[in-house]
Amino acid sequence: MQPFDYLKVGSQAAALEAARRGGRFIAGGTCLVDLMREEVERPATLIDISALQMREIVATGRGGLRIGALVTMAAAAADPHIRTSYPLISEALELSASAQLRNMATIGGNVLQRTRCTYFRDLSAACNKRAPGSGCAAREGYNRSHAILGTSAECVATHPSDLAVALAALDAVIHLVSGSGSRRVAITDFLIRPGSAPEREHALRDAELITAVEVPALPRPVRSGYLKVRDRQSYEFALASAAVALATRDGVIRAARVAAGGVGTVPWRLHAVEQRLVGGWPSAQLWRFAAECAADGAEPLRHNAFKVDLLRRTVERQLRIVGQP
Amino acid sequence: MPNSSAEGRAVSLTVNGVLRVVEIDERTSLLDLLRERLHLTGTKKGCDAGACGACTVLVDGARVNACLNLAIRLQDAEVTTVEGLTTGDGDLHPLQRAFIDRDAFQCGYCTPGQIMSGIGCIREGRAGSRAEIREWMSGNICRCGCYPRIVDAVRHVAAGEGA
Repeated sequence: MQPFDYLKVGSQAAALEAARRGGRFIAGGTCLVDLMREEVERPATLIDISALQMREIVATGRGGLRIGALVTMAAAAADPHIRTSYPLISEALELSASAQLRNMATIGGNVLQRTRCTYFRDLSAACNKRAPGSGCAAREGYNRSHAILGTSAECVATHPSDLAVALAALDAVIHLVSGSGSRRVAITDFLIRPGSAPEREHALRDAELITAVEVPALPRPVRSGYLKVRDRQSYEFALASAAVALATRDGVIRAARVAAGGVGTVPWRLHAVEQRLVGGWPSAQLWRFAAECAADGAEPLRHNAFKVDLLRRTVERQLRIVGQP
Repeated sequence: MPNSSAEGRAVSLTVNGVLRVVEIDERTSLLDLLRERLHLTGTKKGCDAGACGACTVLVDGARVNACLNLAIRLQDAEVTTVEGLTTGDGDLHPLQRAFIDRDAFQCGYCTPGQIMSGIGCIREGRAGSRAEIREWMSGNICRCGCYPRIVDAVRHVAAGEGA
């Protein structure tokens, strides 16, 4: 691990002031400390924000929910309001990482979690994300776990977060603050496809801090859930996952939110699937028809062509689970 | 040769009920602090990357991976390691006793982490069935494959049979 200066701040103002002088925020640290040990991350200064007041989960006036950036994954997953109203969030969280990691890792940090591409973590490998311009060892290397959607010539790494998939399905909004004020960015705009600059993974500006994640209200009544398919039954990243929320009234689907994980360079919202669902009557035929287009646009690599069918089947299965109680 | 009583910054924290004030390098993990500075070698280093659970300890009552905790961040924290489970007269914790009675280990390397994680699992109320224990203990790898008996031991204590 490279040497760094450690600074613990007691207020948001102090955090932003410190960040303007350069440095990285650290919250749970589960991703950052791991990557610092590998020397993939080499921050000159760590700004410890764990004393800041961003640990609340509150109902918004608009019927949604605001989750403080420092709420741990464990605390968010255990929150009664989240479990009742947004099971796809609590399920995505509890299917992530391990109980130990969820006790440390935070909601804000989870959204910024870095890819598990093994070439990204291997300093001897070419990786445009870690070392811009060095190439992509994954494209012609072993790429079974890599993305089939949203890739570029420069990068095919998946976004690893399950939570972010649920948040993308829910049209969640990231609350940000910097010295020049606060702003809100939709998570689907916040997380950026690699394009020609895979080192840029999100819309966070210099010295800007995530303060909360806001989840808007859903049409009611709604059922939702998260399905994760992986090589191990537990404690493993997704090969494919599906976040689904369906609002049904008078036997007809009035609103649908569907997103996929483990397959995209960012959480992959499936608008085409949603359009096939809205106005339909829940049935095995509808789930199959809607899921057929889940992998549209996919560009499989040498070792991950199986993900095309896996994605369709994962979406279909989760539509059935959520849609046919 | 670096000085083993490393220069650096002071941090004070409570480990197994004892207040400790140590000067550490900012890069020192809680795991290395415990093992190399405080000579509490019950907590094991497996992967040093948060993937195996061998270093599981309780920090302020919650189970965490000691390898991913920078010690400098633990000012005023209360840490419990496997050495802190026995009472003053040497009686084993019920879960330690259950691991022995049910033969829940072979080589024993993962065992301290399994026990600390099992205590967390029970405290979190996630030891209600074998399936639930398997899921909520999945952050602890046992390469000897003693999982069925580890689940037996956690289930036994959670059910109050051994408490």
